[in-house]
Amino acid sequence: MKPMSSVVRTITKLLLGPIFLFGAYIILHGHLTPGGGFQGGAIIATVMTLVLIAFGTRVWKKNILSFIESTGLLAFVGLGFLGLGSGFFLFNFLAGSDSLFFGKVIEPVTGEFAGWPANSAPLLSGGTVPLLNLFVGMEVVAALTLIIITMGLFAFDGKEGE
Amino acid sequence: MTYGELLSDAGFWYDLIHLLVLIGMIVSAMLVVRFKDLLSATIALASVSLLLSLEFFILQAPDVAIAEAAIGAGLTTAILIFAVRATRRREQ
Repeated sequence: MKPMSSVVRTITKLLLGPIFLFGAYIILHGHLTPGGGFQGGAIIATVMTLVLIAFGTRVWKKNILSFIESTGLLAFVGLGFLGLGSGFFLFNFLAGSDSLFFGKVIEPVTGEFAGWPANSAPLLSGGTVPLLNLFVGMEVVAALTLIIITMGLFAFDGKEGE
Repeated sequence: MTYGELLSDAGFWYDLIHLLVLIGMIVSAMLVVRFKDLLSATIALASVSLLLSLEFFILQAPDVAIAEAAIGAGLTTAILIFAVRATRRREQ
């Protein structure tokens, strides 16, 4: 596919950042607000499609996307097997631990866990769930972009021989 | 007051918006079948997806609404436009 006109490319450059940021927000807040790895990944895949349509099908490299997809899947399964050490497959072994980022969720005054209202818990209170969302997001972005690239190569470059 | 109580208190307006979205979906779906120009049919299908995502949001399923908006109105439309580009524009 040839790159499109200057207007389309400028608008794409303007919209690329905000939509990507929104997708990343949906992925990283997946355990607190509506959304998650799949939904955020689909939103980021629409950004990929926008860039692909504006700048041509040669922008994204297929083998890099395949690598990202495989990495996401392997990391998800690997994190699941890490949970086997504490209990069962996909056990949330980080929840309530005293590590730096996944520390205990406690009430500041009394030092006891008080419970949180919906959608307002600290960002890193989910243990392994945000990591699982991140890996699912990586996998979905790469897979959906690969589908679009394959269709675009078949539809445009197969005929034009670019 | 939760969001659900707010919606059920809205009464008339809630029902009206619900009805308009559903009627718009049915009209768009009929246009998809009746258009001879396949590009127009694709855009009508995208509007069905968009209204369906709005309907999911009204029915308090924002999770499904996000996925439907991204995949139904975004990616599926792109794939179908690619397919139209690779074949014929007009239905025979």
